[in-house]
Amino acid sequence: MFELLTTLFLLSISMAILRFLIGPTLSDRVVAFDVMGIIAVSFLVFLALYFKRDIYIDIALVLGLIGFLGATIFGRFMEKGI
Amino acid sequence: MLEYLGFTFIFFGVMAFVVSTIGLLRMPDVYTRMHVGTKTTTIGTVLVLLGASLIQPTWAFKLLLLGAFILLTNPLSSSVIARATHKSGMTLDSDELKDSE
Repeated sequence: MFELLTTLFLLSISMAILRFLIGPTLSDRVVAFDVMGIIAVSFLVFLALYFKRDIYIDIALVLGLIGFLGATIFGRFMEKGI
Repeated sequence: MLEYLGFTFIFFGVMAFVVSTIGLLRMPDVYTRMHVGTKTTTIGTVLVLLGASLIQPTWAFKLLLLGAFILLTNPLSSSVIARATHKSGMTLDSDELKDSE
């Protein structure tokens, strides 16, 4: 069960990385980065279930905060410049 | 019994992620990619967190906090990216759908 779900998680993360690499504009890459961050938060919760340690949920909280700040700062940069 | 229900929820959440990233590769322009990339990841994350809180009920408070945080911030970041993309002059893929301004 864990192996099937890990394979599906890694498949979706690798497809998002492919869009991150071939995306023609900056907005495509920012959207792909946002999707990768959200999937990584869910994958950390799944790893907490696999290893039965709840410290991974705290890491998922911090990663969600950092990913949100990254997307917001990129949006502000696209709108106004540095 | 509750574990199997939790794994079913996690499976549907991960399938939402897979469908979302297939759409991220397939869609023709930036706005449609933004559509598939932000809505389906929200519902996928909520399903995965619900399944995890069914499997380990003692972690339910932290998972609820994380789910509320994701539900608040994910639409906000997608709205900021869409607004900045529109302000920087990105057009749609088809020529028939110009902006009215």
